[in-house]
Amino acid sequence: MTQKTEGGDVRLAGISKTYGAFTAVHPLDLTVPQGSFFALLGASGCGKTTTLRMIAGLEDPSTGTVSLGSTDVTHLPPYKRPVNTVFQSYALFPHLDISENVAFGLRRRGIKSVQKQVDEMLELVQLGQFAHRKPHQLSGGQQQRVAVARALINHPQVLLLDEPLGALDLKLRRQMQLELKRIQTEVGITFVHVTHDQEEAMTMADQVAVMNGGRVEQLGAPADLYENPRTTFVANFLGTSNLIQAEIAATASDVTTVTCGDVKLKLPAGRCRAQTSPGDRILIGVRPEKVSIAHADDDATVPDSRNRLTGRIVASSFIGVSTQFIVDSPSCADFEVYVQNVERDARLTPGTEVVLHWNPEHTFGLDADQAIDAGVQSVEDAS
Amino acid sequence: MTQLSKRPVTWLRRNLVVIAGLLTLAYMILPNVVVMVFSFNKPNGRFNYAWQQFSLDAWKDPCGVADLCGSLALSLQLGFWAMLGATVLGTMVAFALVRYRFRARGAINSLIFLPMAMPEVVMAASLLTLFLNMGAPLGFWTVLIAHIMFCLSFVVTAVKARVMSMDPRLEEAARDLYAGPLQTFLRVTLPIAAPGIAAGALLAFSLSFDDFIITNFNAGSTVTFPMFVWGSAQRGTPVQINVIGTAMFVIAVLVVLGGQLLASRRKNSAAPE
Amino acid sequence: MTLTEARPVKAEPPVHKPSTRKRLVPYWLLVPGILWLLVFFALPLVYQASTSLQTGSLEAGFKVTWHFRTYLDAFGEYWPQFVRSLLYAGTATILCLLLGYPLAYLIAFKAGRWRNLVLVLVIAPFFTSFLIRTLAWKTILADGGPVVDVLNTLHILDLTDFLGWTEGSRLLATPLAVVCGLTYNFLPFMILPLYTSLERIDGKLHEAAGDLYASPATTFRKVTFPLSMPGVVSGTLLTFIPAAGDYVNAELLGSTDTKMVGSVIQSQFLRVLDYPTAAALSFILMAIVLVMVTVYMRKSGTEDLV
Repeated sequence: MTQKTEGGDVRLAGISKTYGAFTAVHPLDLTVPQGSFFALLGASGCGKTTTLRMIAGLEDPSTGTVSLGSTDVTHLPPYKRPVNTVFQSYALFPHLDISENVAFGLRRRGIKSVQKQVDEMLELVQLGQFAHRKPHQLSGGQQQRVAVARALINHPQVLLLDEPLGALDLKLRRQMQLELKRIQTEVGITFVHVTHDQEEAMTMADQVAVMNGGRVEQLGAPADLYENPRTTFVANFLGTSNLIQAEIAATASDVTTVTCGDVKLKLPAGRCRAQTSPGDRILIGVRPEKVSIAHADDDATVPDSRNRLTGRIVASSFIGVSTQFIVDSPSCADFEVYVQNVERDARLTPGTEVVLHWNPEHTFGLDADQAIDAGVQSVEDAS
Repeated sequence: MTQLSKRPVTWLRRNLVVIAGLLTLAYMILPNVVVMVFSFNKPNGRFNYAWQQFSLDAWKDPCGVADLCGSLALSLQLGFWAMLGATVLGTMVAFALVRYRFRARGAINSLIFLPMAMPEVVMAASLLTLFLNMGAPLGFWTVLIAHIMFCLSFVVTAVKARVMSMDPRLEEAARDLYAGPLQTFLRVTLPIAAPGIAAGALLAFSLSFDDFIITNFNAGSTVTFPMFVWGSAQRGTPVQINVIGTAMFVIAVLVVLGGQLLASRRKNSAAPE
Repeated sequence: MTLTEARPVKAEPPVHKPSTRKRLVPYWLLVPGILWLLVFFALPLVYQASTSLQTGSLEAGFKVTWHFRTYLDAFGEYWPQFVRSLLYAGTATILCLLLGYPLAYLIAFKAGRWRNLVLVLVIAPFFTSFLIRTLAWKTILADGGPVVDVLNTLHILDLTDFLGWTEGSRLLATPLAVVCGLTYNFLPFMILPLYTSLERIDGKLHEAAGDLYASPATTFRKVTFPLSMPGVVSGTLLTFIPAAGDYVNAELLGSTDTKMVGSVIQSQFLRVLDYPTAAALSFILMAIVLVMVTVYMRKSGTEDLV
């Protein structure tokens, strides 16, 4: 209902939400630039959905303010905010047909001739021929597109998506990710997308905020988050990281040297997120795909400039494009290595002694005062 | 040979549940058949318990007995107002119970539950005590008050079940799509809760229409249809009672079947082209 | 709000409280209905409790004298009617369960496209007043009618006479007729909750049980029946409670020897006008039923009636 304001960034200033003694979201400052595709990423219960609902107006923040552009909307009810939501499991009205579902928002705002807009919107999501079906007669993917159409037809300043692809199977999810991205580029509206799927967040979003325990752990572009995680949670939650407990041996202007047992490893000083004076404990990490693996017999062929560890292959699994090895090394119990299947070395079978080596540039350092396995996905929390 | 002689036994064992179920159904329908058949009887004397001869007299003149149609009209009226009152009050309570957290929930749940766990005669007697103590004149109003009271709990239960199974996100979606509180209620909540409310209303109507014990205690000299039937069981049962009973039965079956036919036709027309 | 706690935000943001108007909504929704129940259900029970402790006469008026003897006298005089009520209602409840379960099972699992028709046939008799239908039993069970004739030919009535269920080789005006009427009248209250809970059972569970070496009988005993327990509990309660207080069947189909406690309360209240005794009887009945219901619900571990 609010007239459209240009330059509509979503600004959250110190918003928090507490239920009794439980704090779902700790005071939080966040700015979502207009026209961006923004993802809130985290495991279930991390406060991402609560944050989204506070933007939508479905939840009153305990403290703080929500602004759209220059307008403070903290105390506006949801039906007066120029914001629309695509709900988890869609929440399509079961008693209305598809066309009436899509027209719902327009009609509530007193717009009389809605037919043309509804038809156009259904064309955009390629559901023109389903206009007179009831929601339950549609497949999951089709229902999802209706939910998007129903929200987008109102030309909101911000579209909020609450796990919109969670109920779809993997293949359809991939397809819908591209579809949503296409629609977002086409209409140019700010999208705020809540998901627990790190791949989904990274493929779709320009900016990702990783949330954990009601706080934003790190905010940035997907590639930046992946390459330069600042906490073990981010390192483990976004993809996989091999983390090694080590001690700082020497610091130079550009290179930090650490020791782990009798192994010496190097990393760029700029990628150190922790204290950097000799003797301090540190966690260093490297992504599995950056690591090369060589048979122990070929030890001599590994250049000296590379970081190297020795170990024994515990398990290997062949996944088509790559092979994943789990290597037991004195410095790190389950060291993961992904190797592209370009030239496969047939000698690399479980039990084989190997040398792991990688470019020191790819090593990052983290504060040692945090749980090394924070954010690791276990069987229980896989949804 | 043994194969063949075993077959009826196996068949019987396989279909034991079906046979038992159909026998029960027959037990339940039998009195209605008797009522229907005896609506065409021409009894000898005042009571319509033994078959004499076929006659259409009662069907030609269903209101031919003094006070019969008056009591029927009164019961229909009572049923309507009790249904309206209990449905409105009960729906409000059901929504409050499902949608909100507040103090005294447990006590309120018990208050809803108790009338259903109470023999009717106890409620009837205690309500009469109240009316006598207050000096309230017994009649239409006291009966209506009583009917709304005992129908209320059943409406609450029926509506509660429906509202509980309703996805709260639907209302959030409506609010998100520019519907204010009133619009949300009228356009989304009410249509989706409607089947539960309708079931509760129907239950309230039939409970009220068919109630005898509570009515008998609190009606004073007012005579509802069940009270008329009760009285006639002592004085003499006119055939017209059976005519009315049969007509109600047939109308109910036709309405239900018609409704189903309509629903299935609508479903067919909405089916994929 | 203290400032001693370190917070990630520099300035303490304003705290928002939900409005009072919003918090009062549930109460506005509750008040009319709850008030109705308090005034016309709970308050009458209080009045009745006080009436039961009064003495006096219609002419001189009644006064509360804490005369607890009324309870003893009432129970002493009418205990056979209490016993009969519980016995008849209990028997009728068991019969309803035995007769109703197969039909509910039939509707839930076997009826297929006939399901709706059978459901309609179960519910539709409701629309013919139950009094008219109970009177029809007078015709069905009449002396010299086909039912009595058949049972007499088979000498079954001799057996039931011997057991004391019937008398003089007839059905009308006997305990059997009353129980038969009670069973008939409350069968739908058993079948509908049974059907509701049976219908919720996933048919695949039967297949899974069969796959795991359970015979159809074992499947029923170990899977179907336990899962239908909520229906069994609410069905038996919805049958037993009204049956225990019913006097219509006893009056129409029975004799003076089959009078149930409901009849006594009714005649004390409406004909004898001995209000204290009537109120005491009604309270005793309520207490018995509530205690039995509570114990039963505890034992079966359910919270909800319907």
